[in-house]
Amino acid sequence: MEQLVCIVCPRGCTMTLNDTPDGLSVTGNACPRGKAFAIAETTQPMRTLCTTAATAFPAAPVLPVRVRGEIPKDRIFDVMAAINAVTVDFPAARGDVILENVCGLGVDVIATSSLLSEEGERP
Amino acid sequence: MRERYDVTVIGGGPAGLAAAIAADAAGARVLLIEREARLGGILKQCIHDGFGLVRFKEKLSGPEYAERFIEQFRAAGIDAMTLTYVTAIEPLTDGGFCLTAVSRDGVTAIESKTLILATGCRERTAKQVAIHGTRPAGVYTAGTAQHLTNLRGVLPTKKCVILGSGDIGLIMARRLTLEGAEVLGVYEAKPTPSGLTRNLHQCLHDFNIPLYLSHTVTRVFGEDRLTAVEISQVDDAMRPIPGTESVVACDGLILSVGLIPENELAETLGVALDPRTKGPVCDGSLMTSCPGVFSCGNALHVNDLVDYVSESGEQAGRAAAAFCGAARDLAPIEIGKELLYLVPQQIDRNADNSAVTFYFRSRAPMGKSRLRLQCGDAVLFEKTYPFLRPPEMERLTVDLRDLPAGGALTAQLDSLEGGA
Repeated sequence: MEQLVCIVCPRGCTMTLNDTPDGLSVTGNACPRGKAFAIAETTQPMRTLCTTAATAFPAAPVLPVRVRGEIPKDRIFDVMAAINAVTVDFPAARGDVILENVCGLGVDVIATSSLLSEEGERP
Repeated sequence: MRERYDVTVIGGGPAGLAAAIAADAAGARVLLIEREARLGGILKQCIHDGFGLVRFKEKLSGPEYAERFIEQFRAAGIDAMTLTYVTAIEPLTDGGFCLTAVSRDGVTAIESKTLILATGCRERTAKQVAIHGTRPAGVYTAGTAQHLTNLRGVLPTKKCVILGSGDIGLIMARRLTLEGAEVLGVYEAKPTPSGLTRNLHQCLHDFNIPLYLSHTVTRVFGEDRLTAVEISQVDDAMRPIPGTESVVACDGLILSVGLIPENELAETLGVALDPRTKGPVCDGSLMTSCPGVFSCGNALHVNDLVDYVSESGEQAGRAAAAFCGAARDLAPIEIGKELLYLVPQQIDRNADNSAVTFYFRSRAPMGKSRLRLQCGDAVLFEKTYPFLRPPEMERLTVDLRDLPAGGALTAQLDSLEGGA
């Protein structure tokens, strides 16, 4: 029996995992996303990652970015290193790809703000 | 001639943007005033995700959430003044208000029939939590550390201690760790964490950052730069226990010790404040004690989810657009001691109360409990909750159309756990 807190939404359900002959059982979750999260936590924990990437624009030295999909929790620092090696030198808009297939994980890193494209419009 | 607006919104964060969009959609002539260069408020620096789950059913980062509203705001062609500071507001004798605004163009006077105060909140500082010692560099509020890291691209510390387990502190513990700083621990004077449970897990547990409850920082050391902090255990009354001091070497102290609604402008108008929320006392339409002045978002009370900030902005925006100066018959709601606060604090018996949205927090963590709203002896509404935690605000909408005449309005929270 193992207890864990769901991080899928702010409700933060406390869930209990039990090994049963029919596989893992999850109780305490208020929705199916909680169950999926609980099972992933015991097999391959996944996380999103939000950070910034350096830019070539002095008015906005960093651009907020995130991974488009979840990445394995134990690869977070590898992905950070890959993002920290990038300098965004074009006026990226929100949703633009900053780094394709980061660390070969099949997930792109995208801009989460149109900060740079808007800064460019200003006098 | 002075510009005359129906609704002037002060503050261009999520509350102000939602208020302006809603007031414009209701047909009002709207102006939004923002002191920073860019709209979006604090969301600009909240680059982590988790915003918008209630509203968009998506996990957005702060900038993504804000930009959705900014695009809507721009598409509606609503007037906005950025890099503009409101320095004074005076009521006009024939109704409405005159605002003095300072911008790069100089001083401007603006007239408006109604005002929406969407001025957000401020962080409590080291001076407000009585930390003794020298005044070295390296002591930051969590919001300042977030600004430096996420907007300026500057890491404010290499090795730090975080005081307070509020959400911004937890988020910054993770953020600084990701950027290569060492976070030695999060210290919380209260016996329970202040932040959302999910943040304790994804920000602290995931990165093996320890949380020390009933501990606080009692002293800082260092001349030019912070070199260490003194940590003490605290008793039930949060007083440091002599003899429990230990010194932790670090170059940064990040404070996440609470937020206070910003109501300096409201106070100049004589708006009554609720000592519990530190925001204005409002009715069901989010109108303050001053007719024609509305409040929303974190200026009204500190929210934990931006979705509710936007929602209260929309409520205030619609109400301000519909404002016609009708007389109010205000009935205050007395709240029981188990409630930390309840917003709105009063009901206008003359208003359409078919869907009044309430926000509340419990004073302490509670198991199964029941919220009950009464008018005299008549129960107007009740709802049972499986558990309540002070960091997690509750929201509910109640139909209060058929309020019995007379009788005091009361709200109370009762524990339904064994024996109660």
